[in-house]
Amino acid sequence: MSDISMLPADWSLRSRAKRIAIWMGWLALVALFVWCWQIMTETTIWAFVWDAPRQAQDIGGRMLPPEWGYLPELMQPLWDTLNIATLGTIGGVIMAVPVALLAARNTTPSATFLRPIALFIIVASRSINSLIWALLLVTIIGPGLLAGIIAIALRSIGFIGKLFYEAIEETDPKQIEAILATGAGPAQVLTYGVVPQVMPALWGISVFRWDINIRESAILGLVGAGGIGLKLNASMATLAWDQVAVILLLILATVVVSEWVSAVIRRTII
Amino acid sequence: MTAQYPTTWRRPHQIVPDRRLRIALQIGVLVYLALAFSTVEVNWQRVTEGMERGQRFIMGFLQPDFTSRWRDISQGLIESLTMTLTSTVVGVLISVPIGIGAARNLVPRPVYLVCRAIVAVSRSLQEVIVAIFLVAMFGFGPFAGFLTLTFATIGFIAKLLADDIEEIDETQAEAIRATGATWFQLLDYAIKPQIMPRLIGLSLYRLDINFRESAVIGIVGAGGIGATLNTSIDRYEYDSAGAILLIIIAIVMVAEYSSSYLRKFLQ
Repeated sequence: MSDISMLPADWSLRSRAKRIAIWMGWLALVALFVWCWQIMTETTIWAFVWDAPRQAQDIGGRMLPPEWGYLPELMQPLWDTLNIATLGTIGGVIMAVPVALLAARNTTPSATFLRPIALFIIVASRSINSLIWALLLVTIIGPGLLAGIIAIALRSIGFIGKLFYEAIEETDPKQIEAILATGAGPAQVLTYGVVPQVMPALWGISVFRWDINIRESAILGLVGAGGIGLKLNASMATLAWDQVAVILLLILATVVVSEWVSAVIRRTII
Repeated sequence: MTAQYPTTWRRPHQIVPDRRLRIALQIGVLVYLALAFSTVEVNWQRVTEGMERGQRFIMGFLQPDFTSRWRDISQGLIESLTMTLTSTVVGVLISVPIGIGAARNLVPRPVYLVCRAIVAVSRSLQEVIVAIFLVAMFGFGPFAGFLTLTFATIGFIAKLLADDIEEIDETQAEAIRATGATWFQLLDYAIKPQIMPRLIGLSLYRLDINFRESAVIGIVGAGGIGATLNTSIDRYEYDSAGAILLIIIAIVMVAEYSSSYLRKFLQ
């Protein structure tokens, strides 16, 4: 039956048709790329592009040495930036927890009606960047910290909500069953069955988001929502590149410290 | 005398077991929150004035106006979409060698350190800040946006790719090494088959992120739909702004579903 001469002489991973299909796929991607490239560069002024290294040198030269005397003036905006991130994260968690409970398959009261709404809130919040939220909120409630805090909070709902509802769906059903067997109502099942299981996850997610929010809140000032971004905007508007250098280094240092803090906290919790 | 055992059980605190430290931490957090709240000055008069605008924005979101600004919107969308695709392709092409260089098990230590440094620089700089600089250097428009997204893609893909390569099944690599294969053959036969599905998945994910980012960097002048959105909000044309936001949400949703479908299909 198994005649060895029936088998092909050369071994190959894929059949001929499959190989051709893969090559066609790559070809289509290259064609699409070339087409997109042409549309994108239609309005590009190449003289500016060739001039870029000189511009970079010019900006770099103006940034050095950084004007360290500017540093004390930055402490207040830095404090504001930290507050935007922290209060925004807290607001985000407060709004995200009910959304996540509605979105998780095992806790949602109505899988056909409420769950899609909760999922839409999560996707909508994640697809709009905090800078866009800030842009909108500054025109609605005016420039300042509050707009930044709300922007960060609205943006955080999607991230925290998504990770948290996945954590809820991964809870151990046995523990919930045990609570149910005692005759507990839905609220009691939630507090004694679900909450203890997901609490470490919620803390971890919140701290993780806080760390991301510090980066995001650093630039919110560009559209007027308070914090160190305001100073960045002002320094760039006056072309004070030596001040810009100080601000960027300070942001970088803050981001590194916050990343370290968040890593330490998450390690102790989980 | 029998020892007094507690009759009720209390769950021990797990994160901070020491009681004094725990209370100190709690007080510290409360003090911080009180201070943080006190710095938030709210101009309630401004807020009430703004409420009317907020209402108009929500109305604009519910009754989006796609038509009157359609020329600007479609222009911005085309810029965003072309920018997204080209930057992802170029970014992935550049990040593959860097990712291989940043894998500890494949390259000598100096190469590893250089590549990891590139990854760290790319990851620590915020897209918007990079965009500001590139706009200053290359002028306004989608080309600066393309460069920004490419730069951000490199850090993302190269890091995740390098981490994946470091976690591959070493026995397969050893088997190929045992045949006397060169370094490039090792890459082609032992590493590539193991990481290719992950690389495709990561690229699709990054495509999705790049589109979202392309909607933001327009605010600082790097082209794309963000520029259109910025203009329409500045002009208080909330019905057009609502339309743009709905388009962004729709594209992100389509991208998310189609990329998860595509990943399943390719694996």
